[in-house]
Amino acid sequence: MDDYIVEMLNITKRFPGILANDDISIQLRKGEILALLGENGAGKSTLMSILFGLYKADSGSIRLKGREVHIPNPNVANELGIGMVHQHFKLVHNFTVTENIVLGLEPRKAGIVVDLKRAAERIARLSETYGLNVDPWARIEDITVGMQQRVEILKMLYRDAEVLIFDEPTAVLTPQEIVDLMAIMRNLLGEGKSIILITHKLKEIKAIADRCTVIRRGKVIGTVQVSETDEARMAEMMVGRAVSFSVEKAPREPGGVVLDIEGLNVLSARKTHAVADLSLQVRYGEILGLAGVDGNGQTELVEALTGLRKAQSGSIRLKGADITNAPVRARIRSGIAHIPEDRQRRGLVLDYSMEDNLVLEIYGLPPYSRRGFLDRKAIRAHADKLMGDFDVRAGEGSLAAARSLSGGNQQKAIVGREIDHDPDLLVAVQPTRGLDVGSIEYIHKRLVEQRDRGKAVLLVSLELDEIMDLSDRIAVISHGSIAGVLDPKSVTESEIGLMMAGSRKGEAQ
Amino acid sequence: MKGFKDLFTALAAVFLGLAAGAILMLAIGSNPLEGFAYLFRGGLMNVERIGNTLATATTLTLTGLAMAFAFRTGLFSIGASGQMLVGGLAATALGLGLHLPKAAMLPLMLLAATAAGAAWGFVPGYLKARFNVHEVVSTIMLNWIAYWTVYYAVPAYFKAEYLETESARIPEYASLKVAWLTRLSQGSFLNLGIFVALACAVLVAIVLNRTTLGFELKAVGFNRHAAEFAGIDVPRKMALSLGISGALAGLAGATFYVGYAVNMQIGVLPSQGMDGVAVALLGANSPLGVVLSALFFGILHSGKGFMNAMTKIPPEIGDTIIAVIIYFAATSVLFTRVWDAITARKRRKA
Repeated sequence: MDDYIVEMLNITKRFPGILANDDISIQLRKGEILALLGENGAGKSTLMSILFGLYKADSGSIRLKGREVHIPNPNVANELGIGMVHQHFKLVHNFTVTENIVLGLEPRKAGIVVDLKRAAERIARLSETYGLNVDPWARIEDITVGMQQRVEILKMLYRDAEVLIFDEPTAVLTPQEIVDLMAIMRNLLGEGKSIILITHKLKEIKAIADRCTVIRRGKVIGTVQVSETDEARMAEMMVGRAVSFSVEKAPREPGGVVLDIEGLNVLSARKTHAVADLSLQVRYGEILGLAGVDGNGQTELVEALTGLRKAQSGSIRLKGADITNAPVRARIRSGIAHIPEDRQRRGLVLDYSMEDNLVLEIYGLPPYSRRGFLDRKAIRAHADKLMGDFDVRAGEGSLAAARSLSGGNQQKAIVGREIDHDPDLLVAVQPTRGLDVGSIEYIHKRLVEQRDRGKAVLLVSLELDEIMDLSDRIAVISHGSIAGVLDPKSVTESEIGLMMAGSRKGEAQ
Repeated sequence: MKGFKDLFTALAAVFLGLAAGAILMLAIGSNPLEGFAYLFRGGLMNVERIGNTLATATTLTLTGLAMAFAFRTGLFSIGASGQMLVGGLAATALGLGLHLPKAAMLPLMLLAATAAGAAWGFVPGYLKARFNVHEVVSTIMLNWIAYWTVYYAVPAYFKAEYLETESARIPEYASLKVAWLTRLSQGSFLNLGIFVALACAVLVAIVLNRTTLGFELKAVGFNRHAAEFAGIDVPRKMALSLGISGALAGLAGATFYVGYAVNMQIGVLPSQGMDGVAVALLGANSPLGVVLSALFFGILHSGKGFMNAMTKIPPEIGDTIIAVIIYFAATSVLFTRVWDAITARKRRKA
């Protein structure tokens, strides 16, 4: 008889139009890490939200240490010893670590004065026990993202959580920080905690988890002993078919310079120097991967490149012509295409039909319009062709509202639209974020195709694996400038990680 | 699909408005059926009354189109009243100052009204584009600038023979009223403005649905970030949209001051400007919807006086019905939006 600490039995949860959890059962043993693996939209988050009291299951039960419990809200979950580290941290930025941790259950002296000192002492002890290395008096805004995550972990420990849920905890971390996090997780296990790890990264599961429950389309596909299986097998369970991991890519000699950025400075929306004195070249026939931790100036760089944000100084040259101050439309016409970071905010007009979205940049050109009047027939033919070529599936075809498509199909439509412009430079920002493995494979193939046709691709991604797999050269961005340009064949992840974290080496070409 | 939803929403709002009116009539001890009978007979009973209903709907159609046009670009202009005034003032100035054959007068006057309204709309558009001044604030301020401009200009330059508070009468050769329409509608206020309004509805429908300009304006209205991404000059399109909206409202001013009426009164901010918001709302911002809802409001406006004359029911009940309809038209939009937000959030979480 196994010693289960948490059991979720036959959980079913239905939202309008979808069955998010279909008779799902998972069991967490005391002192183990159970990985919850599934593609986006498979129902992992819904299931955990039910355990954490954010949603109520339509049917099924939750048992804690063999006893059936009822969790109507997160406070009850906390009292029961269930804690969650959310993907997006919930911290007050101008508060100290201690203030953030005690928020909601402040210790009091004489009934009115908040006794932060005592709390800080306890936090320091906890930090030491679990090897977290957190300064209780540091301000959140002054510490790194990795450190902030540890504050979230401390928050749970301070509330005596025994079951810890981590929701995609490595998405915001550098490779070194990921290694540190795994060490912390092992310490937690050593002290008798149990962990549920939500992730879609197989490598991490292989590295740290004991067992892995795979969920696909709201159903449990199976639970495996991680030590007895391999990544390919788990991927197959997750997707439902065999998946090829490596991207086929023949070696190719890059051509002349397409994009030449020199001494570029760009201010962020908050007027900080997001891009500082950045210089970078992209050549024909190569994929240049821009690696970096989120928030190191990638967004501002891309916006300055595509004309959505003004450059303070420096120059951007495309095919030799200065486009530093050119408007967006002129840049599109001169050969830049852009797969934006946020497909729903920038990439699509969600209330427009697919056919309208697919001519979003070219409606003004023949044959899509003449003398200011749209040619519906030409627009529809264009959409039908593109949606066929790029395998965009929509209920009502080209007339479907963009809003009604799944994320993967929305993204494929954007990728198709941008590649269809036949750009000399394709700026692809997080082109596969939140997509299922099948769509990722497809989009990667298209990017490599673009390179093989002799065009240039600037790939900006937070997924280091994606950068390593696709790039011919890797540029690492840190604090708004290029920390180094590397050859993916002769560099390790940890070397890149160090650069991402800010250590500067000479160009390691 | 969307068209059906809009129609249903509009009919539900109308029904709830009438029901509210019925309750109020019951509360003051009148028979609602009798009240409604007179209300609708007042608007439709005979050719002359139908003519008056259409004349009222003419101006409302144009202000409704003006509002709908701005709404479609995501702008909440409420400057139609002021734009009507400057449009009316421009038309009146030409009407009293020039003496040409009617066939030359009318196009010139309409052109002047269009230009004046467009200028009045372009100013908040420019302020929005250049300095990010919210259009609600600037259009309200411009309404009052128009109000005081008329207050000053009419007594100073276009004074009536005896009265200081209104302009001189528009001569026959400068009026949108024509003998054949007046005769056809047995002496109603019906005038050539109705053709202007219908032509504008067709024109707006074509611009919004068939042209690259409409494509750009709607894209800006739905998602300005995506419009920016696609290389559409968002600030310029916003200014243009408010300018076109102003032009339509300026024309509304012409149909009112040199068509329906015979002169301009000072000290009145025309209510048709604000009613335009309701017309656009009930008409779901579509040109056809605007024409239909303007007709409906036209019936209520011209029927409420008759209802008052024939029963003890005060005409304010008619206004109350209109107000409740506006309220439900507005909140039903809110309701569907809340509903969409909830379903969207659930979809994201899952």
